[in-house]
Amino acid sequence: MVQTFDVRLCNETHGDYAMNAIETAAAVKLSAKESSLNWYENGTSRIPFQVYTDAQLHQRELEAFFYKSHWCYIGLEAEIPNVGDFKRTAVGERSVVMSRDADGKVNVFENVCAHRGMQFCRERHGNRKEFVCPYHQWSYTLKGDLQGVPFRRGVKQDGKVNGGMPADFKTEDNGLNKLRVATRGGVVFATFDHAMESFEDFVGETVLAYFDRMFDGRTLKILGYNRQRIPGNWKLMQENIKDPYHPGLLHTWFVTFGLWRADNKSELKMDKHFRHAAMISTRGNAQAANEVSKVSSFKETMKLHDARFLDIVPEAWWNGPTAVMTTLFPSVILQQQVNSVSTRHIQPRGNGEFDFVWTHFGYEDDTPEMTERRLRQSNLFGPAGFVSADDGEVIELSQKGFEQKPSHRALAELGGRDVGDTDHMVTETLIRGMYAYWRKVMNE
Amino acid sequence: MSKHIETHFAVTQLHARYASAVDANDWDAWVDCFIDDCVYRIQPRENFERGFPLATLSFESKGMLRDRAYGIKETLFHDPYYQRHIVGAPLIQSVTDECIKCEANYVVIRTKLSELSTVYNAGRYIDEIVHTEAGLKLKSRQCIYDSEMIPNSIIYPI
Ligand SMILES: [Fe+2]
Repeated sequence: MVQTFDVRLCNETHGDYAMNAIETAAAVKLSAKESSLNWYENGTSRIPFQVYTDAQLHQRELEAFFYKSHWCYIGLEAEIPNVGDFKRTAVGERSVVMSRDADGKVNVFENVCAHRGMQFCRERHGNRKEFVCPYHQWSYTLKGDLQGVPFRRGVKQDGKVNGGMPADFKTEDNGLNKLRVATRGGVVFATFDHAMESFEDFVGETVLAYFDRMFDGRTLKILGYNRQRIPGNWKLMQENIKDPYHPGLLHTWFVTFGLWRADNKSELKMDKHFRHAAMISTRGNAQAANEVSKVSSFKETMKLHDARFLDIVPEAWWNGPTAVMTTLFPSVILQQQVNSVSTRHIQPRGNGEFDFVWTHFGYEDDTPEMTERRLRQSNLFGPAGFVSADDGEVIELSQKGFEQKPSHRALAELGGRDVGDTDHMVTETLIRGMYAYWRKVMNE
Repeated sequence: MSKHIETHFAVTQLHARYASAVDANDWDAWVDCFIDDCVYRIQPRENFERGFPLATLSFESKGMLRDRAYGIKETLFHDPYYQRHIVGAPLIQSVTDECIKCEANYVVIRTKLSELSTVYNAGRYIDEIVHTEAGLKLKSRQCIYDSEMIPNSIIYPI
């Protein structure tokens, strides 16, 4: 029996979802005729290795996802609390600077001098009255506007003016490349695309609810950073957090110490384009904090020597779920795993490598005990984390597999070949959804 | 002077013992370099200097070190690798009856199977060392690393 690719919703109650799902499916089918890639049954349940290994596809992805039509993660407002504070970061593979101007507004501009193109900002953070390119001292305001050009009016010598910029040179026309900025709940996003939809429309109602849950307006308190360079394609990290199949299998620590149980209540939800997603799960016995180290579905006798790693105290803002992992395509993952909260920023470096920057934070009203708890639980996450170190490892080794056999493909058929929200974790539907969107945008 | 030389010698021996333990994958010997009420941290220099409390790993008891040892042995999946520590001469900063405070630079070289050896992590140890019946032990070891990017992951203690 030939099965055709049909994007259907598992949850039939969302009428508008189903509509959009069908539109997406139609778009995929249309474009597939021209696809240079081999998609099994014209669907997304089998992913050609080439999407991870092809340098040209990667360049097109940067243009299509990072430099156009998408809001990309920049940072947290709490990283630049004062006028003149700045942070250097990246959108895709382009270096940008986020700064707070005299009006208290957040600006983001490209880190390329308008004069000779030098990447003028080398410090990663600091406080400035203005930005000056060291090469020829062109200076810019905190908004990225050009304010000073040495010898603009030339140099007077023996009663004659030498050089200077042409009479029609205007500073207004020679500012830095400014990105459009959106802030919500203390989180800063930006886009090179000044015509695109609002941040809220970009994220969509469903996923925005989970964004707002975590960033509910309380001032954030930065706890610090972790930075790792992962030798794998950047999409693999999005897929990792859209894959609820692996945690109970790869992360045996989770299972051993009872943080992951097959009977956890869970849901998977997507935006209407299937690009963003939330993996929502609720641990059965969330309130019994000191029970946690005793609960075990794997080895009945395993106990932590120091149970403080899992000294979990439920917080009111959770509103139920004990863990929500949100993927905002393409640039960021928002993590709430019990008391540990962080943003994880994806910064590609060619098709085979990306930098992954973790910013752990807390909230202004955290007690010292809660801050301590968040920090203790952060031992589970990050490049050395009890349950996150292995994610980087499997991504590296997946990329190695792809590179040796680019004409092959990966399978993502757990839970079927279609795409839709679910009320369980036994599915790879979010990965299929992401590639349905990818195919549509990339016209592949 | 001889007292100073003695202290210096004892500290370098502790450093050497520690390096030998973590390079030999002897996690019990690693745990044994510490007293019960101890601190072990691996922290980016950036966080350390900016006053951010987050560390890449932060343990506050020997029990936590044991839990890490268990994680390495039993639960953490990782590509196999060797590590080799090169530890510089300790700079002894203060010596009291209770505690020796010192620092030492380190470089860790990682060798993955079938691969070249590469610089994996570079930084300095900030130590507090105490006398015990079993000789000098660490009360606190902070590994403050310069390396801006962790090459994928850190599994073994630095
Ligand atoms: Fe994972």
